[in-house]
Amino acid sequence: MKLLNYIERSSPIHRLNGASKLFCLLTWICSTMITFNTPFLLCATVLGIIAFALSRLKLSEQKGLLYFLLGFMLLNAILIYVFNPERGVELYGTRNLLYTIGGRFTITKEQLLYQFNVILKYLSTIPIILVFIGSTQPSELAASMNRIGIPYSFSYSFALALRYIPDTVSTFIDISRCQQARGIEMSSKESLPKRVKAAALLVLPLILGSVDQIEVITNAMELRKFGTQKRRTWIMSRPFKAGDYITILIGAGMVAFVIAYNVINGSRFWNPFN
Amino acid sequence: MNRGEPIIEFKDFSFQYNAQKEPTLYDIDLTIHKGEKVLIAGPSGCGKSTLVNCINGLIPFSYKGEIRGSLKIKGMESSSQSISMISNTVGTVLQDSDAQFIGMTVLEDIAFALENECVVKEEMVERVRKAAEIVGISGHLGYAPTDLSGGQKQRTGIAGILVDDVEVMMFDEPLANLDPATGKTAIELIEEVADKTGAAVIVVEHRIEDVLHIEMDRIILMDSGRITFDGTPDALLSSRMLIDGGIREPLYITALKYAGIEITEDKEPHSIRSVRLTDDDKAKVRDWYTRTPTIRPEPKTETILDIRGLEFAYEDKPLTLKGVDLAVHRGELMAIVGRNGAGKSTLAKTICRFEKNCGGTMVLMGEDLTGLSIKECADRVGYVMQNPNQMISKTMIFDEIALGLKLRGCDEETIKDKVESIMKICGLYEFRKWPISALSYGQKKRVTIASILALDPDIIILDEPTAGQDFRHYTDIMEFLKEINQSGITIIMITHDMHLMLEYAERAVVFNDGRIIADMTSAEVLTSPDIIGKASLKETSLYHLALMCGIEDPSSFVQHFINFDREVRS
Repeated sequence: MKLLNYIERSSPIHRLNGASKLFCLLTWICSTMITFNTPFLLCATVLGIIAFALSRLKLSEQKGLLYFLLGFMLLNAILIYVFNPERGVELYGTRNLLYTIGGRFTITKEQLLYQFNVILKYLSTIPIILVFIGSTQPSELAASMNRIGIPYSFSYSFALALRYIPDTVSTFIDISRCQQARGIEMSSKESLPKRVKAAALLVLPLILGSVDQIEVITNAMELRKFGTQKRRTWIMSRPFKAGDYITILIGAGMVAFVIAYNVINGSRFWNPFN
Repeated sequence: MNRGEPIIEFKDFSFQYNAQKEPTLYDIDLTIHKGEKVLIAGPSGCGKSTLVNCINGLIPFSYKGEIRGSLKIKGMESSSQSISMISNTVGTVLQDSDAQFIGMTVLEDIAFALENECVVKEEMVERVRKAAEIVGISGHLGYAPTDLSGGQKQRTGIAGILVDDVEVMMFDEPLANLDPATGKTAIELIEEVADKTGAAVIVVEHRIEDVLHIEMDRIILMDSGRITFDGTPDALLSSRMLIDGGIREPLYITALKYAGIEITEDKEPHSIRSVRLTDDDKAKVRDWYTRTPTIRPEPKTETILDIRGLEFAYEDKPLTLKGVDLAVHRGELMAIVGRNGAGKSTLAKTICRFEKNCGGTMVLMGEDLTGLSIKECADRVGYVMQNPNQMISKTMIFDEIALGLKLRGCDEETIKDKVESIMKICGLYEFRKWPISALSYGQKKRVTIASILALDPDIIILDEPTAGQDFRHYTDIMEFLKEINQSGITIIMITHDMHLMLEYAERAVVFNDGRIIADMTSAEVLTSPDIIGKASLKETSLYHLALMCGIEDPSSFVQHFINFDREVRS
């Protein structure tokens, strides 16, 4: 199961420039993370679902990432409640008690709204993350990062990581099996501390192997002039089109709205209880 | 020959790395001209990699050290240029085609140098297209490295330097990771590209016979940091320089010498296709062949491992092993050969239980291996990875060899006795107090083999036991394995090295597309054009020599050579 799963397909979203998509993704995440404006989050969720539909991707294609994000959301929601069941009451300043489960575990309208907001934050960003991952070629990512202002040496190291991860994983599997053959038990038969200790034995050969590899890769890059100029061009870059400007406007608009709302409202919270 | 203008000029050049006490290169005087094809050869540690790094600018710009004398590239002192300036003249293709492959796809990798020079996209696309066409990779521009064969990765590497109109193409051990047939194609491609572009070619390789498949103008021989020979291939092969320099002679040359023929320059001995033999010479070869009877190796018969109908597939992929039947005999030294992806490594990993969920049976002395865990299986079948660095997890030799025994709960005393006796067998006893990091590659290889031997397996499987080793280290490792084999341990080797197979394996099992297509002696395999073609192997030059001399049974001739060679060398 792969976490980053680009799917080649013809759709208006796939045709967008990676840089505009990356910009929109980042602003989208920022604005939905900052705000507790429920109507805004509902709108963003609907918009996200529309974008997902436009991208012609299927949920089944992004199962790995989807389950991971949903699992994370659920865990977060449960932990918020367990740590402080009346966090909503503190935030909204009122207390409308609906039911008491026992002890400190109460259910209030404020807590329900607060937790609903948190879940909405996830639901509004998950479709956009899936769309971005599914519709942006990994090759275009580095070019996009560079385009939105991230230095190219940093952007390229990101691309290099994506390039060499499959190699490293297969080397690691080989190393791990050889060590298992020597007698190190890595399966669930063994207790967790013992497995962690065993895994430490695998690290030395992996590092020794990687250090050699890194020197060779660095040489290969230098011999082909990496890092000699202040900037570099990208063969995978694409020109901006109308759709890209719209995408950037949507992202910028969301951030602008959230900031304006915070300033005018004086708080991040949309509060129906007053 | 008519030499063009000089591009690379070394004059009284010496180099000493900052971290070293002695220079690595001494008194180098060497000129390489436009359009020349030069082969640089020498044993490990002779300084050829350092020479390569001087030519491509990694020295002095990435590796620091002290330079004496002069090195001019295109008439300009190299130390007054920069790596990127030198790269415009000299393109380097590194040995490790995986590490050389930097881009996510073929297209991006070829464009890499252009991107770094800020070439605009339209021009890049055009120049990449041209370069890809020259090396014949145009149909794979969108492919990721994992979907390419070794040969295709190398083509991409060559295209990646051709986008710059270089005047020198330099190849560091271009044949190291390729199967024999792909290696032959690669060296032909280098010649073809050189002819098309007019660039000079520098090939660094110790497999002289394989490189001389194409016409090289000059061979430079290096030893201990000095150039010991600089002349034509014919002149080199008619001297004793190769043997003295620790490099393997082409096999047909060795055979001709055994037959009592004097190799002289006018025989044009640089390739089996060019060599001129008189009728008298041919008679001498036939006479040598028939003088003593050729003894075929006695095949071993006691089955130790019986594999039947073995099938295996990686998840969601078609079958990699499509019903393999193989009886491994006790005390055998067997080679498994075939092209990349034919299923050789998968077979090894399935036998060792690294890969589970296989169909069919594998019975080792009455016990079915398919029910065992990796650890249990390792007590019976040991697996030695190609790269020893990937197997070693301890810092001290003793601990490394003892690891398997400790994890199996043996008591201290038993472990100490066992490890010491293994160290003696493996010639490691004198190093017992050494940290592993102080050992050479070949010694590390011995440590990994020793750590497997400690578990008393019946069979050892080795993946490319001599990859990247020069002739001396190759002989070291293989003679060691032969000793272990003679002590009663069955050995299976997976290899691309036809010399290894010919000289050491009494039995060769040839894989193609998940099936065994031949199971015979190495001499028979390497004289069967049909099997050679299917399995991407290369016929030995001895086969051609036999045909040239009118010998009817080339495989028997090859066997005769192996037997004779063994005797001479021991």
